[in-house]
Amino acid sequence: MNDLEYGDVRSLEGSLLVVRGVRGAGWDESAVIRVDDGSERHGVVLEVADDLAVLQVLEGTAGMRPGGVRVRFSGSPFRVPLGRAWLGRTCDGRGEPLDGGPPILGTATAAVNGWPLNPVEREPPREPVLTGVSGIDALTTVVRGQKLPIFSVPGLPHLRLATQIAAQSSAAGDPFVVVFAAMGLPHADIDFVRTALDERAAAGELVMVLNSADDPVIERLLTPRIALTVAEQLAFVEGSHVLVVMSDMTSYCEAVREVAAARQEIPARRAYPGYLYSDLASLYERCGRIRGRPGSVTIMPVLTMPAGDITHPVPDLTGYITEGQIVLAEELNARGLYPPLDVLGSLSRLMRHGAGPGRTRDDHLEIAAQAVAALARARQAAELADLIGTGALSDTDRGYLAYATALEDSLLRQRPDDCRTFDDTLDRLWQAVSVLPRRELTMVSKALLASHLPAAGAR
Amino acid sequence: MDGVTRQGRVHRVDGPLVEAHDLPEASMYEVVELGEQRIPAEVVAIDGTKLTLQAFEYTGGLMAGDVVRRTGRPLSARLGPGLLGRVFDGLLRPLSSAPTWLSPQTLASGEQQSTRWHFVPNAAPGEELRPGALLGVVADTGAIEHRVLVPPGVSGELRYLAEAGKVPEGAAVARIGPTEIGLFEQWPVRRPRPFAFREETFAPLHTGQRVLDLLFPIGAGSSTAVPGGFGTGKTVLLQQLAKWCDADVIVYVGCGERGNEMADVLGDLAELTDPRTGGRMIDRTVILANTSNMPMMAREASVFTAITVAEYFRDMGYHVVVVADSTSRWAEALREFASRTGALPAEEGYPADLSSSLAAFYERAGRVRTEGGRVAAVTVVGAVSPPGGDLTEPVTTATERFVRGVWSLDRDLAYSRHYPAVSWSASYSHDAEAVAAWQSGHGNPGWAARRARAMTVLAEAARLSELAEIVGTRTLPGRERMTILGGRLLRDAVLAQSALSPVDATCSGERGAALLQLVLDVVDRCMTLVDRGVAATEVEQFDFGALVRAREEAPDLAVCRTAITTALEALA
Ligand SMILES: Nc1ncnc2c1ncn2[C@@H]1O[C@H](COP(=O)(O)OP(=O)(O)OP(=O)(O)O)[C@@H](O)[C@H]1O
Ligand SMILES: [Mg+2]
Repeated sequence: MNDLEYGDVRSLEGSLLVVRGVRGAGWDESAVIRVDDGSERHGVVLEVADDLAVLQVLEGTAGMRPGGVRVRFSGSPFRVPLGRAWLGRTCDGRGEPLDGGPPILGTATAAVNGWPLNPVEREPPREPVLTGVSGIDALTTVVRGQKLPIFSVPGLPHLRLATQIAAQSSAAGDPFVVVFAAMGLPHADIDFVRTALDERAAAGELVMVLNSADDPVIERLLTPRIALTVAEQLAFVEGSHVLVVMSDMTSYCEAVREVAAARQEIPARRAYPGYLYSDLASLYERCGRIRGRPGSVTIMPVLTMPAGDITHPVPDLTGYITEGQIVLAEELNARGLYPPLDVLGSLSRLMRHGAGPGRTRDDHLEIAAQAVAALARARQAAELADLIGTGALSDTDRGYLAYATALEDSLLRQRPDDCRTFDDTLDRLWQAVSVLPRRELTMVSKALLASHLPAAGAR
Repeated sequence: MDGVTRQGRVHRVDGPLVEAHDLPEASMYEVVELGEQRIPAEVVAIDGTKLTLQAFEYTGGLMAGDVVRRTGRPLSARLGPGLLGRVFDGLLRPLSSAPTWLSPQTLASGEQQSTRWHFVPNAAPGEELRPGALLGVVADTGAIEHRVLVPPGVSGELRYLAEAGKVPEGAAVARIGPTEIGLFEQWPVRRPRPFAFREETFAPLHTGQRVLDLLFPIGAGSSTAVPGGFGTGKTVLLQQLAKWCDADVIVYVGCGERGNEMADVLGDLAELTDPRTGGRMIDRTVILANTSNMPMMAREASVFTAITVAEYFRDMGYHVVVVADSTSRWAEALREFASRTGALPAEEGYPADLSSSLAAFYERAGRVRTEGGRVAAVTVVGAVSPPGGDLTEPVTTATERFVRGVWSLDRDLAYSRHYPAVSWSASYSHDAEAVAAWQSGHGNPGWAARRARAMTVLAEAARLSELAEIVGTRTLPGRERMTILGGRLLRDAVLAQSALSPVDATCSGERGAALLQLVLDVVDRCMTLVDRGVAATEVEQFDFGALVRAREEAPDLAVCRTAITTALEALA
């Protein structure tokens, strides 16, 4: 800790404050800034050069003037308290309580940037999270310790789906905690999330870190880091399975871009800085499990693709880091299907490890693979039907079209307050698949067909 | 060395970019240590008294005025026994013995270890030895013999050679002239290790993946890029290669990718048995892990460290395959640093020397005669992750200029769950002709013709399918409809190969060729059938299930052939 205060301001611009005459300030350390309007603000050192320190002011520089600022460096990067005291609490993007409660006191503190996890110490994710949402549990199973984003477009019910998952998810009776990081969400959305997660909060299974659309942009960069730091401790020390929902990553990335632009950094694609990939990875890679420790951190980022463009840097870089993606489709939403899951565009890369015998149910992987393959075929049939008319389709192709409808009706369509078990979900999947002629079911073993399909004569 | 003149001061810190003063003797690419944490950094520019340094670790807490120490040596890898079967970071510091969370101090301490190695001499004192000559082997390092050689640049009379027995890590095992030779040597990672000459002769690399071995084969010492958007299967393909290709040693470098994937490779390889040595697959593999959340600049060093390790094993006479996932993340590290130094950016912010950096990497591939007279090779396969799947972006286009082959992964194929999603229209291999010649010299004269026929059917089928989408399949002549069918059969029965399959994850050259021949013969037979007047629709609706599943279910393809031929004949 450095008790000295520095007041010799060289310049102020945007959210940047440059002070002169500084000794002993380290790169990336945090600072407290007293302003003569009576406010106390917080900064992070972006650069040191001789006796200059460049600070990013979290709450912004409004009202600051040379001569009216005192800066004190803390000697360490930005830290938050850790521990179970977080359960049931809500704070802002600096870790300050928003729920009217007392300051959050932890057993220890940790720097919010965290440290990289030694890859050798990682335990490969193996067990499923039951989200209670059939389409996801059946076809893109979320695995504890995975990072699986929701790709959506503005106007779709991604927030509803994310909160449904946050409200319902469980880990076979093991302790389960949800950490919800809101970044740049409108107040109405934040209120919606709060109400929807009421029960989880009351049960002491929820932590909320909220940065609303009109909160300081700089704090948006800290919001997910606070959430993840709290989550890592609850998982790897306290032993809970923690699901971190981060919404909306698009707002987060815009904040990164805004800060980069203020620093006049050389932009890469679409004016986002070249390090956006590494920046996102420093968040997403904090999921996982650790050898010999209980608990897991599962990350579900939610992002809206500008103009529905999946090649836009935010979904693109996210897809390059995460282990699959859950994609929502406008067209399904327009038809009134909730949740509007684009099954073919979605994939959980870890599903094969976290579903199936000993994980969910013996038949899961085979029937899911069959269901997806059949849906791909159904889509081809639908395209053909658009060209030549349904009447000209072969019987088989018409069977596939019927299957696609059955899948929507018996499996995918679900109420936002409906939480289904794996058994229920998989039975529904069989029901949909059973619409197809038996000879088409080449991906399921004979034994499974015999035990799960109604007798051949019934169809 | 004079300790006093070897210290300078930090002047500026901007993330991994650090500037220092007062180190007049420091030279370009020398490693220095920053602050009390002794963060390793490399000198990347000298301007008067100002040094620009690229730090390989997180520089948090580093201050202006902090001490900078010289090491007097360039960024080097410590080469010796104990590399195989273990995991290291981009600077070749062992991760296997590092703690759970990687902060700068914890990794530096990883270097000390006190293993003793069992050395067995294999030379006679008094001999005149040249670089690359065999001194002995280290016996306790697994299935691959670890050969201790006279290092590059050293020659003369062998004055001393240790007797068989345990040797402590730091001890000398030989002396040539005045030079002591230990089990370990430091080699600057940015400098290629010397060899005698590039070999004119050719040998193929068998990958075990049918689409590669049959259509886009490569040779030992070649280089190939694997571009593809996210989720198209780059990592799985590279891992398949690491598991099944017939090289002696694999250097797997995870460069700016996922931690879970590194844990996966490690776990998978530990469980697999190498059919050729009987040892575990992991024991022929060196893993370098610099995941995306680890310090970015070590990512930049990691690919050079990897290729240096590969050259080290090459010099012992082995065929080494370097698998790099992903070279784009490495290029991004170059870009990131360049932009901090304020270098004038070229395309998409990448530094203007991007392509020479890529060349410096890929050009170290090759099949050579080593200084010790062994024929050995370093083959490089690098994943490329183009933003937005756009293959015209700078890293992809620059890479294509230096590699001999491209295995391009196609989003549509991956989307329809066809794996490996290697595009047969966008991929190529400059080695295909050499492989054809090699095959016909090794009893497979039909190899090239089969490949040509398969490529033709695939290309024709693609063209006709597009046409059919406009005019409808039914209006096409029977033979053309059979070509479309043939394309589908080739794709589903031959080229598809699931990495998860217990029987088909890898495929021998003979079986691959037999399967391709079988499918081509079936296609020919279908043509004959329509020529003889059988309705095309009838052939199209024939149940080819047994053929499509033959790769998984038919251990004996001859049986499958008889069954299908008979059933098809019944249509006539
Ligand atoms: N040969 C294969 N066999 C079976 N499945 C495969 C194969 N190749 C890819 N897949 C499937 O595709 C998924 C994505 O593959 P992979 O992780 O290799 O993609 P990638 O190109 O490396 O993506 P990224 O750029 O995001 O790292 C895998 O998790 C697996 O489900
Ligand atoms: Mg990958």
